[in-house]
Amino acid sequence: MANIKLTNINKSYGSHHIIKDVNLDIKSGEFIVFVGPSGCGKSTLLRSISGLDQVSSGTLEIDNAVVNDVPPSKRGIAMVFQSYALYPHMSVFENIGFALENQGLPRAEIKQKVEAVGELLQLTSYLTRLPKALSGGQRQRVAIGRAIVRGAKVFLFDEPLSNLDAALRVQMRMEIAKLKRDLPNTTMVYVTHDQVEAMTMADRIVVLQAGKVMQVGTPMELYENPNSVFVAGFIGSPKMNFITGKPAEKLKAKTIGVRPEHFEFSKTATDISGTLDYTEILGSDSFLYVSTSTGMLTVREPGRTQFKTGQKLNLKPIAEHVHRFGVDDQRLK
Amino acid sequence: MLKRFSLEPSRIALNLAVLLIIALWTFPTAGLLISSLRDKNDIAASGWWTALSSANVNKKTHLKDMVDQVEKDGKFTISGNVFEGADAVSGKVSAFGTKVQAPGENAAGASAALDGGQSLVVNPDGSYVLSSPTAFTADNSGIRVFYIASQPPRFTLDNYQTVLFSEGIGRSFINSLTVTIPSTIIPILIAAFAAYALAWMKLPFRGLIIAIIVGLLVVPLQMSLIPLLKLYNAAGTFMGAPSKTYLGIWLAHTGFGLPFAIYLLRSYIAGLPKDLIESAQIDGANDFKIFRRVVLPLCFPALASFAIFQFLWVWNDLLVAIVFLGSGPDQLVLTGKLNALLGSRGGNWEILTASAFVTIIVPLTVFFSLQRYFVRGLLAGSVKGG
Repeated sequence: MANIKLTNINKSYGSHHIIKDVNLDIKSGEFIVFVGPSGCGKSTLLRSISGLDQVSSGTLEIDNAVVNDVPPSKRGIAMVFQSYALYPHMSVFENIGFALENQGLPRAEIKQKVEAVGELLQLTSYLTRLPKALSGGQRQRVAIGRAIVRGAKVFLFDEPLSNLDAALRVQMRMEIAKLKRDLPNTTMVYVTHDQVEAMTMADRIVVLQAGKVMQVGTPMELYENPNSVFVAGFIGSPKMNFITGKPAEKLKAKTIGVRPEHFEFSKTATDISGTLDYTEILGSDSFLYVSTSTGMLTVREPGRTQFKTGQKLNLKPIAEHVHRFGVDDQRLK
Repeated sequence: MLKRFSLEPSRIALNLAVLLIIALWTFPTAGLLISSLRDKNDIAASGWWTALSSANVNKKTHLKDMVDQVEKDGKFTISGNVFEGADAVSGKVSAFGTKVQAPGENAAGASAALDGGQSLVVNPDGSYVLSSPTAFTADNSGIRVFYIASQPPRFTLDNYQTVLFSEGIGRSFINSLTVTIPSTIIPILIAAFAAYALAWMKLPFRGLIIAIIVGLLVVPLQMSLIPLLKLYNAAGTFMGAPSKTYLGIWLAHTGFGLPFAIYLLRSYIAGLPKDLIESAQIDGANDFKIFRRVVLPLCFPALASFAIFQFLWVWNDLLVAIVFLGSGPDQLVLTGKLNALLGSRGGNWEILTASAFVTIIVPLTVFFSLQRYFVRGLLAGSVKGG
């Protein structure tokens, strides 16, 4: 059980101000996902929590103790690296047991713990192999095993799935979600640029942009009530449509945001009308790309669409699902 | 498949260059080895590339005299073998003659008519029969016979026995090992620690220290040799140590080897994935542990390549050995001994080639036993795409 509290955290490399005044309260046992475009500082923030990077100012607390000057190994954290960072000359057993070896545990206890973790992660028959004889998913599991075996209170994941192919990524995503269920008391912080991972795994998502926290909330909160244009555009796939001009002014906003699934088709002319440029038919859904006077809009239609390319379409946003944003790109109440 | 064997000009050039290097390296080495295994007379008579073919030598011998004559059916014969006697060689007689101008006048096995009705037959196996219708007297017996013997190739380890046990090469070999092994290990030990610290630990003035070490790479050894010797002698006098000792040369070679060792190992260790080091930090390993359990095993190829460099350089070194060691039999290293042999036994090729081969056998062994670490990718499997 460990909560993490970040108070006014700043981090600079020379004149580069990477993390700007971040305040964050991560509850014990929570699965938090840091998400944002590349270069937004999400990995730096994770490294600051791990202790591999020192924060420039601010207070970092883990389990209600200030850990600003505590070395990584004493923070009770475990980290899974994007590159797995397995020790190539050590067998899977030694890789998993290395942290225990450093703690000076007796051999028999190390063996017992490593074997237990090996069983949990279905690595039992691979314990004597070297990392180079494992597949990508197995390597990733060994990396997770190293984190589990130490009984760390906090797990930090630095884009752990980005090296895997799409199918394996889905499978590992499920395994990590299962791991979270098996270790309900472990706080997990997960960094990704993939909003699908964020939406599917997180208890709460932290959206970062240029070193600032843009919004913190559950996946559905962020989806339904994004508080800025950035968050609205980042969460959800395909991207939310942003409409400026006359339809927005009508609703007393600079910009309105409408998700692709929140359009209706109208027989009569509407404010938003255009021609169908292109369709993507996925079977369960169809995505229609409509060229209008306010730009290209994406519309989602369940099932197979009957519209033809080049056809003129009149679109009408569903009123209760329209997001209104002001001149500062913030949400209007 | 076909494309693989297509003849691109660059590939041809590369292959030719490799072949040329192989030839340049193999021929002298093979020559040295073959020469050192040949009989000293053969070395003087023909080149090493003829070692596998039979050599023809011109010999002469005196036949047995009248004492050994045998009378049978009114004919007198003297029989024997040309290969008997003090100056004998082995082999096969191909031709013989009785005149010095024509040593190969008669083919082996043929009968040659001599003065006074005598005839001589020399068989290929060296046996001869000299026969005469009248009894041999003191005047016409004990005649000289010239013959051409073709000798099969002979190989011998006698040369090695000579140089190792009578010429002092064996002792010098031990001396060279005594100098070289510690002079290789000590700098590796120091440099590996230094390289890790300079690559991964946060130290004040780290960049400056690295710059100084790189600067030391270009200091010529000859420039620092004499000041170093004076310093060592002064320190030795102060601490009551004699001036020419193995410890002195170990320290000297360590000093001369360190800048390159640190430079080489640091670049290698700095190139290890950062994640590995950080992962070990999170796993609770301190710097010493990271060095010992993670970095050291992974930089084995770099250690091996430096060990080869340092070993060969120290093994082949003459200058530092002359300055820091004495020239007595218990301190003279192989290079010094070879130099001395060149002066005293310059004409004895069998001694020089065997000594030279004893000298290169160790570097060859070192190179072939460690060379696989140059090619082996120890990092495979550690990080993405590895």
